[in-house]
This record gives sequence, C-alpha cells and structure tokens, in this order.
Amino acid sequence: MLELINVNKAYAEGRKVLTNLTYTLKAGEYVAIMGDSGVGKSTLLNLIAGLDTPDSGEIRINNVAISLLDDDAATQLRREQFGFIFQAFHVLPHLTLSQNIALPLLLNSMPTDRVEQMLIGVGLRDRGHHFPRQLSGGELQRVAIARALIHRPKLVLADEPTGNLDPDTAHEILQLMRTEIKTNGATGILVTHSHAGAATADFVLNLTKDGLHPVKSERSE
Amino acid sequence: MNSASLSRWLLSGEWRAHFVQVVVALIAIAIGVAMAFSIHLINTAAFNEFSAASKSLSGQSDLQVYGRKAFLDESLYPLLVNTEGVALANPVLELDVVVPGKLQNRNDHKLKIIGIDMFRAAQISPDLLGLTEEGKTLDRLASDAIFLSPAAMEWLQVARGDSLSLNVGLQTITLRVAGGLVRARAGQRIAVMDIGVVQWRFQQLGLLSRVELKLRDGVNHAAFKVKLAEKLGESYRVTEAIDQEKRIANMSRAYRVNLNMLALVALFTGTFLVFSTQVLSVIRRRQQFALLRVLGFTRKQLLRQIITEGAILGVIGSLLGLGLGYVIAATAIQLLGGDLGTNFFPGVKPSIYFDPLAAVTFFSVGLIVTLLGSIAPALEAARAKPALALRSGSEDVAMAKFSSPWFAVICISVALLFTQLPPIFGLPVFGYLAIALLLIGGIALMPRFAAWAFSRLLTQLQRYRLNAVFTLVLARLANAPNQAAIALGGILASFSLMVAMAIMVTSFRVSIDDWLGHVLPADLYVRAAATGDQGGFQPDTQKAIAGLPGWDRVDFFRTQQVSLDASRPEITLFARPVDRIDARNTLPLTDDRIAPGALPEDVMPAWVSEAMVDLYGYRVGEKVTLPVGATSNEFLVAGVWRDYGRQFGAVQMQLADYQRLTGDLSVNTVALWLQTGMTADAAIANLRQLPFGAALEISRSSDMRALSLEIFDRSFAVTYILEMVAVVIGLLGVAASFSAQTFARAKEFGMLRHIGVMRRQIFALLAAEGGLLTLLGIVLGFVLGWGISLILVFIVNPQSFHWTMQLHLPWGWLAMIAGVMLVSAALTALLAGRQAVSGNVIRAVREDW
Repeated sequence: MLELINVNKAYAEGRKVLTNLTYTLKAGEYVAIMGDSGVGKSTLLNLIAGLDTPDSGEIRINNVAISLLDDDAATQLRREQFGFIFQAFHVLPHLTLSQNIALPLLLNSMPTDRVEQMLIGVGLRDRGHHFPRQLSGGELQRVAIARALIHRPKLVLADEPTGNLDPDTAHEILQLMRTEIKTNGATGILVTHSHAGAATADFVLNLTKDGLHPVKSERSE
Repeated sequence: MNSASLSRWLLSGEWRAHFVQVVVALIAIAIGVAMAFSIHLINTAAFNEFSAASKSLSGQSDLQVYGRKAFLDESLYPLLVNTEGVALANPVLELDVVVPGKLQNRNDHKLKIIGIDMFRAAQISPDLLGLTEEGKTLDRLASDAIFLSPAAMEWLQVARGDSLSLNVGLQTITLRVAGGLVRARAGQRIAVMDIGVVQWRFQQLGLLSRVELKLRDGVNHAAFKVKLAEKLGESYRVTEAIDQEKRIANMSRAYRVNLNMLALVALFTGTFLVFSTQVLSVIRRRQQFALLRVLGFTRKQLLRQIITEGAILGVIGSLLGLGLGYVIAATAIQLLGGDLGTNFFPGVKPSIYFDPLAAVTFFSVGLIVTLLGSIAPALEAARAKPALALRSGSEDVAMAKFSSPWFAVICISVALLFTQLPPIFGLPVFGYLAIALLLIGGIALMPRFAAWAFSRLLTQLQRYRLNAVFTLVLARLANAPNQAAIALGGILASFSLMVAMAIMVTSFRVSIDDWLGHVLPADLYVRAAATGDQGGFQPDTQKAIAGLPGWDRVDFFRTQQVSLDASRPEITLFARPVDRIDARNTLPLTDDRIAPGALPEDVMPAWVSEAMVDLYGYRVGEKVTLPVGATSNEFLVAGVWRDYGRQFGAVQMQLADYQRLTGDLSVNTVALWLQTGMTADAAIANLRQLPFGAALEISRSSDMRALSLEIFDRSFAVTYILEMVAVVIGLLGVAASFSAQTFARAKEFGMLRHIGVMRRQIFALLAAEGGLLTLLGIVLGFVLGWGISLILVFIVNPQSFHWTMQLHLPWGWLAMIAGVMLVSAALTALLAGRQAVSGNVIRAVREDW
C-alpha cells in the first residue's frame, strides 16, 4: 500500500529531518507513529500526502510514486485515495455538518447517500442540518472523521487528532477512528504524542533520526 | 511597559502584517478627500475670479442704478448727479458686441465693450482707463479708438494700431486698437471706449446700462439706497456691491453645490471602504482581542485601540488627500478651465490658492468619515464576550450585528419622508440626505438580501447535482453572507450612484433633445446684432427677408432681458407668435396650463417657464405684472413650459401684444421654414445676397441642436470622471476586502487543498464568489440606483435648476456598465485571492503557526 524508499528530507535551513527512511505499510494496517518533537512526524505525513516533496528517495502509494506527480495529479490522488484528520478539525463554519461530510463525495462526483450513514456512525444522528458553531470540539472531530472516511479512501492520515480534546473525549474519538478505519477497510497512519492514543493502533512505530522502529505493542481494547 | 507601548506594538504589528489593505484604505480616503477638496478649490477659484472680474467693472462705486430692462434712459443721469448725498455719478454703457471674425464659434463670439466717461471713471474705476501712446491722450475720446485688455487682444489676435471690425445691427463698423488698459484681470476679455462714442457708433443714443454712484462721506448707504429706490420708482433698481455678489452666487450656486455633492460621493464610497477594512480587520483579530481581554485589556482600552487605528488612517489619508486634491485642482484648472469645460464661468482664468479653512474642513470630513467607519466595529469588538470570541467560527455571528434590518428599514423610511420636504435656501438638502439614507439603508440590507437570495438559489439547485466548488460557493454566500456583503458596500454605493447618474443624465439628454425639437421647429434661424434698445431687424429688413422666395413660413421673435428682482439674475422675455387656441403647438408646455380654447379673449396671456413658478411663485390662471412697455402691464399666466436653456426664468408672450404695448416693431430673430424642394444651402445663399446679408448670423436648426447636445455632453463629462473615480474606489474596496478575507480563510483553503481541491478550483471558487456577489450587488444596485435617479430627476433637479424632465432608462449603457463591473469585480476578487492560495498549504492547517 505505502512504500517509503530511502526518503531524505531536510528543512529549508539545512537541518536534516528524515534520513534514508525506508518502510512498507500493508493495506488495512493501522499504524501509530510516535517520536520526539521536531523529529519529522508531520513532515513525513506531508510527504506521504504529496503536499511536500522529498529531497531524494521515493514514496509510492499503490505503486504510484506520488513524489513524481505534478500538483494536479497529486491533488487528484489525494482526492480519491486519502482521508485527513487534523488536530484543529478544520470544519467549514458556513457548511452544515452534512455538507461538510459530503465534500469529498462532491469532489469525486460520487452520490451523497452515505452521509446519513456516516453521521450515525460517528454518533451525530439527525444533526446533519446543524452548523459547526453548534458543536463541541469532540463533536467537530467526529465530523472530521466522517469526512475523512466518507469516500472510502485507501489511506487515512491523522495528525494529532486528539491534541485539542480532553482525555475522555480523546479516547472516545480514537476508538471511533479505529472502528471507522477498520469498518471502511482503509489503511491508517496516526501521528501522536499520546501513548494512550498510540495504543489504539495495530502497532506503533517510533520515528528517530535513524528511521522508523517498531516498538512493543501498546494496543489496548 | 505601559499601555501606549502595547498599543503601538499592536498597531505596528497589524499594519506590517496587512500592509496592502492599509495602503488600499489610505488610497481610498485620500482619493475621496482629494476629489472633494479639488472640486471645492476649482469652484471657489472660478467663482471668486468671476465675481472679482464682474466687480472690477463697477470699480469703487458705493451704489449702482439699473433699469428693469437692459437699458435705462440717460435722462436719469442729471437727476442722479443732482441728488443730495451723491459725490460722483459715473454713467456706464455696457454691450456684448458680435465679432464677425469669430462668428463660426457660436458659443463664444462676443466682446464686452464698456463705454465710460473717462473723466469720471478716472475717479471711480481708474483700472478701466485706456493706455494711450505717448502724447496721444486724446485717443481716449477718439471716435474710432478702442482699448483692449490683454486677454481680448490675444483672443482677437490684434495689437495697438490694428483695425478691429464689429457688428452693429446689420452693419459692420471698423475701429482702431488704440492701446491696452491700466489693469485687467487675467483672462478678462473686455474693451473700453468713450461712452459718447459707444452710444453713437453702436446706435445706442440716449441709453445707459447703469449709473455708478459714489456717495459723500458720512452718508448712510443703506438709508440712501432705500430712499433713492423709493424716489426712482419701480422702473429702476438700486444695488450695492453685496447685491451683485449675491446675484453672481445665485447664478452658479446650484451648479457648484451639485458638483460638490458628486465629489462627496467619492468620499462616501471611500467611507464604506474604510468601514469594510476596519470591520474585516477587527473580525480577523477577534480571537487576538479576546486574548487581550483575558489578559487584562479593558473594554475602553480595546475601543481606544481600534478607534486610534481608524484615526491614524484618517489623518494620513486626509493629509495625502489634501495634497493630491491641490495638485488635481491646479492641473484641472490649467487643462479644462475654472468651469471644468461647462462654460459656467465664461472668460475667467482663475488660479488655485491653498485655502486653509477649506483644507481644515475637508481634512475633518475625511477624518470624521474614517472614524465613523471605525466606531461600529470597535464597539462590536469591545462588547464581545472573550470566552465566546476565543472560539473560532464565531466571526459571522459577530458580523450579523452589522446587518440589522431595522437600521436599514429606518434609513429607507426616513429617506422616503425626506423626499416630501421642500428645498432649503433653494437647495435640495433633503433630496441629497434622502439619497445618502437610501444608499446606507440599501447597503445595510445587502447581507440579509444576499442570505435570502443565495439560500433560495442553493435550495433550488440542490435538487440537481451541483459540483463541489459551486456548492461551497453557494453555501458560503447563503450561510455567511456578512463578510462578503460588507466587501460589496463600496461597489454597491458606486454602482447604484452610477446607475442613478446614468438614468438622470439620459433622462435629461432625451428631454433636452425632445425640447430642442420643440423650440427649434424651423429649418433656419437668422439673427442680427442688437442696436440700442431695438432688435437687429427693423420692419424693412424683416420685409426683405420675408420677401425672399422659398419660405413656407416665417416667424419673428423679439427677446429682451428683464429684471424682476435685484438679487436674482435677469429673466428672458420672448415675444413671438404663439398659437392662441392651443399653445402646445408652439411651446413645450407641461401639463400645468389653461385648457386649449379656454383662454379668455380679453386678457394678454403669458407662458412662464418652470423656474418662474419656483422662483417668483407664478401660478397658472393668476394675473402677474411684467415690465413690458412704458409702464408695467398685467398678464394672465396661461401655462408653464419647460426651459432647459435658462434656469433663472423666462416668459413667452404674443409678439402682437408686445408690439402694441411697446411700439417696438424690431425683432432679434427670424425663424424660417423652407418650402419643399428648397435646400438650406440655397436659402442661406439667398439671405447672403441681401444688402445686409454679410452681417447675418444664420444657423441651421440641426447644427444648433447638435451644438446644444455637444455642450450638454461636455458639461456632464466631469460628472462621468467623478463617477469613474467612485467606481475605482469601490473596486479597491472589493480588492481590499477579498484580499483580507482570503487571508482569513487560509485555513479553509489549506484544508480544501488537503482533501483534493485543485488550485484552479480555488481560483474558480473565489471568482465565482466575487462574481455572484457582484451580480447580486448589481441587481440591488440597479434597484437602488433607479430609486436614487427618481430623487435626482423629480426632486434634486427641479429644486436646483427649476426644470423637470421625463424619465428615460439607458438600457444598453446600464447593461454595459453592469457587465464591466461584473468582470472587474470577479477579476479583482480573483487577483486579491491569488496570494492567499499561493501560501503554504501545510502551514495553513497547522493550529499553532
């Protein structure tokens, strides 16, 4: 599903952040990536999403080298095969919950019948006509999860999705994410500082200067 | 650190971060102030120069005595000389004489000749004395000598010793340019001759224009004036310099006020820009302000901070505007003249001077409008609850406060009420206030209207499968219309005013075109220079013209200037054959008239222009007294006619009545209708064959009509320029607001780019948002502009200029400006948004950047 082959990336000021990173993630796996601040976790997500380009090496998504695609092709790939969940939710305030969730479907010219099902799935039954301002932070992240999965993406990227939430809500959201990713048959990468959060993944990788290293499973049910 | 330092930090940080928006707001204020200030400077300079030039002709006299008609009998002169209290009486005969060499320029072919008594004038108006050659002082009394001001010499292309031909009635006389004048104002085109010579050579024997009086020391001017007026009776009027100034001010006041109002439109549009810039800036910093409040910033401090920002913008923008305005005024006066090409102040060459009082006034206006634009957002920010404001997504809720429908409803209701109120001091003050309120009310309604219209559109279109971009656009416009609608404030203001002006100007132009058709029904018009108190054509010459072959009909007109009120300009009296059964066949009558055939046989009818109704209170069916003939005579007002040629009043009467009352059989104008088969060229050739043919001014009605419309278009050219400036400011507003909004929406665009929205789709989204909002703005602007045009056509024009017109809508022109506006606004929105989209997508979605 995802292949990282000798990926190197340095910041603009020259500081190396990823060095000869190589890793393969199989379809249907849900992995958590942990690591110290500034080690390059978010940079890695951006490279995988084709929003940034590696200095050398290759990133392949289902055998397509995303780093070699032009902007339109990378955007098209993201639109069809990726789902994103952000720390700050990024739900459009002027769209209703249904409209927010339906965005990827509209972008992919797909029917929007699945919206209600997703709303029920994330616990927001009958609230599709509400606007984001009427929701709490946890509820907003539920909407973001629904939006990330509505179009059945192959790969879901979540960058600190519970960073703005209290521990109880965070736990609830992480469980929901896992359930939804698994239910929808997607591959998931969760970047987090939270051990509790990482424990919801199938396995955990620690990102260091030397690359990605598996750590003892923190999986908890 | 004290609060002043914090305030400075906040201000400099904000301006550094949003430099472009700040510059755009400054430009808007500066342009607005510059336009208003420059128009004021130009008008003041032209008016002062025109007034000074007029006053310079009457020298240092204390009082002037005029006749009710253009001339008075010189027998009055000895009476005035011998009146107790009079130190000196100076007789003056003033004529506008046709220069044959300049006849091709119909609008500018006359030279003002002032006949003075050289000995008396030396004491009362020494500037008017001729400068003779060494040893030729007697030239001042010579029967062939004329002295010209420098501007007149330049215009006529003559120098001392040259000959100058001038028309007198149907003859041409030749004079010798004997020299210049002691002093004349720049651009003042005048000639001076001995009064006796003028009376003789220009066939004005026994006539004077006025007698200027210098009173003895200690004589009370006001009391003397009243006493003299009583003594002289109704046939004369006694004036002071102040009356003359008032009269000149009255002549051009409506024109000046209207132009100033138009200039203020630019400033008004700029106000909306400042308002939207400040609103958006405050909304953008809502969380920042909330944080400051949490940290201990008081409400008052926050209010002061935002108002200070507005004040600094206002001060810098207004100062820039004053400088720019001065430069614009100086340039415009050089290129276009003091009346900006409208010929309202003919023959003056004013120069601009910096008027500190006006500068302070316009600086204050600029500052006040900027502060007004800052107060509402400042209050909103100060009142916001920090806990709520700290949450993102509350921006549009905050902005909803600016779109209360009640405010709009109140503005529009008061505007409607104001349309029913009369003018103040002859100016349509309430009309202008109604326009301003209608604009403010209309703009305040925009967010509500946008929400309603786009919600309906979204609901209607949702049954079809809309693409993502269009859904995003419609959803945003329907659910968060406030920010975008505020961006359109300036564009709505400028577009509606442009629509209003276009409708008004077209209505005026079409009405004038119809009117010209009515007042110039003949094929040819022939005029001759006046001789004395007589028209240029005596009965024998009238007979000679009428006797030529090829005429289907010949009408004779007699026109005269008559004074009814010393403080107002003279009115024009027309005597001509009018269809007595139905005057509509001759005159462009309004519906206010005595029914055809209902005119009593035993009365002398007079048809008065609309200005006579407004200025002198004449009413149809009433009897009025007019100074026609040796004494005043009574006439019945039989109807009101439209007169776009004279805003100070005109009266038409039957030529036969005039001739019976005055015994004057001369006429000024002959109207000729050609027989079928007769060409205008052949008719003109026949007229030129007459013994006096060379002195005739012959005009084809088609040429006169074309010339009139050309003058009309030139007069309105400056208004188009001012409108364009307002539109440019409106577009600047769109640029500033969209740029501010797209920056504020960077996270939204970043998220959209993450989930697969292409860069060009974001551009399409921005262009569609800009385009759709502008389209709505155009629809609302059209309705608003139409409403304002009704006020301009039916209230402002009649109250300012005393004429009415019919409403005509220039559909083609309106469609064109709507199209240009739509494309410009969409492109502006797109260009303004480009920068936001070109930013770092990754950073945009980070919470902590």
